[in-house]
Amino acid sequence: MSTPARKHRKQVHLAVQLPAIHNVTVWSDPRSRSQIAFESFAALARTAERGLFDFFFLAEGLRLREHKGELYEYDVAGRPENLTVLAALAAVTDRLGLAATVNATFNEPYDVARRIASLDHLSGGRAAWNVVTSFDAFTGENFRRGGFLAEADRYTRAAEFLDVTRRLWDSWADDDVRPDPARGHFVRADAGRFAHTGPHFDVSGRFTTPRPPQGHPVVIQAGESDAGREFAAADADVIFSKHNRLDVARAFYADVKRRLAAYGRTHDELKILPTATAVVADTDAEAAAYADEITRAQVGPETAIAHLEAVWGRDLSAYDPDGPLPDVDPDPDALVLRGHSIFRTGRAETARRWRALAEERDLSIRELVIEVHGGQNFVGSPRTVADALDHFVQTDGADGFILVPHLTPHGLDDFVDRVVPLLQEKGVFRTAYTGTTLRDHLGLGPAPTRRQEGAAS
Amino acid sequence: MTTTPLHLAVALDGAGWHPAAWRATGARPADLFTPGYWADLVAEAERGLLDLVTLEDFLGPQSAAFHRPDDRTDQVRGSLDAVLLAARLAPLTRHIGLVPTANVTHTEPFHLSLAVATLDFAATGRAGWRPQIASRAADAAHFGRRTTPQLTDEEARDPERIAARLRPLFDEAADVVEVVRRLWDSWEDDAEIRDAATGRFIDRDRIHHIDFEGPHFSVRGPSITPRPPQGQPVVASLAHASVPYEFAARASDVVFVTPRDLAGTAAVLAEVDAAAKTVGRDREDRPLLVLADLLVLLDDVPGEAARRLARLDELAGAPLASDAEIFAGTPDELADLLLDRHAAGLDGFRLRPAVLPHDLTAVTRGLVPALRRRSAFRGAYTASTLRGHLGLARPESRYARKR
Repeated sequence: MSTPARKHRKQVHLAVQLPAIHNVTVWSDPRSRSQIAFESFAALARTAERGLFDFFFLAEGLRLREHKGELYEYDVAGRPENLTVLAALAAVTDRLGLAATVNATFNEPYDVARRIASLDHLSGGRAAWNVVTSFDAFTGENFRRGGFLAEADRYTRAAEFLDVTRRLWDSWADDDVRPDPARGHFVRADAGRFAHTGPHFDVSGRFTTPRPPQGHPVVIQAGESDAGREFAAADADVIFSKHNRLDVARAFYADVKRRLAAYGRTHDELKILPTATAVVADTDAEAAAYADEITRAQVGPETAIAHLEAVWGRDLSAYDPDGPLPDVDPDPDALVLRGHSIFRTGRAETARRWRALAEERDLSIRELVIEVHGGQNFVGSPRTVADALDHFVQTDGADGFILVPHLTPHGLDDFVDRVVPLLQEKGVFRTAYTGTTLRDHLGLGPAPTRRQEGAAS
Repeated sequence: MTTTPLHLAVALDGAGWHPAAWRATGARPADLFTPGYWADLVAEAERGLLDLVTLEDFLGPQSAAFHRPDDRTDQVRGSLDAVLLAARLAPLTRHIGLVPTANVTHTEPFHLSLAVATLDFAATGRAGWRPQIASRAADAAHFGRRTTPQLTDEEARDPERIAARLRPLFDEAADVVEVVRRLWDSWEDDAEIRDAATGRFIDRDRIHHIDFEGPHFSVRGPSITPRPPQGQPVVASLAHASVPYEFAARASDVVFVTPRDLAGTAAVLAEVDAAAKTVGRDREDRPLLVLADLLVLLDDVPGEAARRLARLDELAGAPLASDAEIFAGTPDELADLLLDRHAAGLDGFRLRPAVLPHDLTAVTRGLVPALRRRSAFRGAYTASTLRGHLGLARPESRYARKR
């Protein structure tokens, strides 16, 4: 696929996330449709496939968020079980990759390996798994074991979980199912046999699902902390990154790619895709105005107060969102927002930074939250946005992007209709799918050779 | 003849329910793990206007023995997750109910609830679920989290002894279904308000913690998935003995039973009635449909089905054994038999085709027209949900009633 000797432009990889959570989704817009009806998922997936995207991505949250002891009401809420809805989407798409976030804490490898292998069979080789971990007892209250895992053990469990999962995918050879009716031979003896003993898992027996079409479905990881980056460099095919500012993104990209060699992996074997928003209009000025409008809708007065409360650890409902920041100091130990990873740690420092920023720029509460929210990432005419995306990739800020539209399900339409053709014109984006599997789309090459069982760890 | 509607389901499993089915003419053994194979089967079932199809599932390779794995290579081994398979089929169908099996012993009630609710969204109200306990101790080692009883060969021959030995797993399974059902109800139907004036997307007064606490697990809730289209997707279970009858009486909307003849039918119906009384179920308020399972071989030519069975048995090297009654005959003969049993009080039947697609097609193109000629089966779908096909009303959320 890549010929290093020849000078060539990096290809841009594109994915789309159905947000359905947080304040990115502007549900109050009259064009906003159901976040849970299957037709919304199908509509967005079809648009992404029309745009020749690499994959469709779903995040996960296993407990409804609570704020000040009650369910949080202001954001869109209510989401599906990821693998189930992706299996249904496999029926209405032909090439689009289907990526599910599935927690490695509140699941077991046998079940996850089986379900992702099943999705890979049911989609003809288009499945991906975004491995995330959780440790908190709040989410644990929905599960058999409760909050059983120490924060420090998150990555060791995830790494071992992933290892066991791949071992299960490898437990059947590609040709183990060779039905020969005349001879009465359906399957290789011992197909699926596995055994693993480690600190987190002690499992053995026979795996039920034949080797997935991709061999190993694509593995995605967030890779943020040092341990996370190391995990991703060792084991992931894609990094789902939050670094969508070019300077920070380039440093992250260089750091993670540099770590690959230690694991005997090449630069191209790990794709780094930040999440990003794109706002497109006829002119740069119109797009800028539209982007401001979206950001203001994403940070309404209630959201502004709620975010401030989350950082301050206090009830601030008596404050005017259009007025100045409260005089009271944050309560660094109180946690008012649960079931959400933002503002969980470093809140005292965040509060100091916010107060300094508000004083320096004379911002109201809502103006401050809008400011720190960061607004939209790629804003402008189709040409401006295409150039900026391309520049970001060619200068090694990323290998592509996971776009997060603010409208469900038609928030990707403009991008596909107006930006994708320009990327194609520049020669940095495919004009047709050239492969059938997600590994093909991402240029990952075939899965590593199957590990034979018997060499148990 | 009774005037209550007759319900008809087909159980899809691998190449069919005969161990040698994959070697039969017309079988597609190389396609068992491809979506196209299943899409063709479920489309055929829908052409026959059936109420539902069930999809089997296993947490270990299939085995000729009920209670332990085997190492055979001459039968179908391997399976796909049935809930995901059902979801893959949902957008390809419009009417037929989709009822996957999912294990409850080694899985999380919370995940199961979301998965079946999501299937109901994808199928716009046609989802069901067959909760299944792990009856093979070997499955436990796949998860490494607990052990379950290893049945002896002696025990495995007797459904009552199996059920007595596995009773704790059935009790736990009833708790799983209770959690799943509470989670389905935890969002009231109108919990999503999208009230721009107050900035509120949901009304938290209409979304509820479920606070289930039992001996095996506690689940706080609420669900992360809104209430599914049917409110409560259909729960179906298979029962051969008193403990699972009680489980069905507590947990299920439909129970599949395995009488061997007309007298056995009356006995099973009496046992289900007794179980409902034992657990205090009011079947006016919460109907429990009873469908009898039959493993079927169907051919139009008299005698042909029996000859086909003999050939299959020869390939398999042993006569077909089944927990359900085995029927080999013509579609007309089967239609008469079903109507007799229906008149005895069964709500309907779940047919297990011996060979796919042959015996499925014989059901949809032979049996169904034979029943129609006797004015005993629908000529068109009249409902759009699985509950609707089964004559089950859509229940209000239990939490809405309390408010």
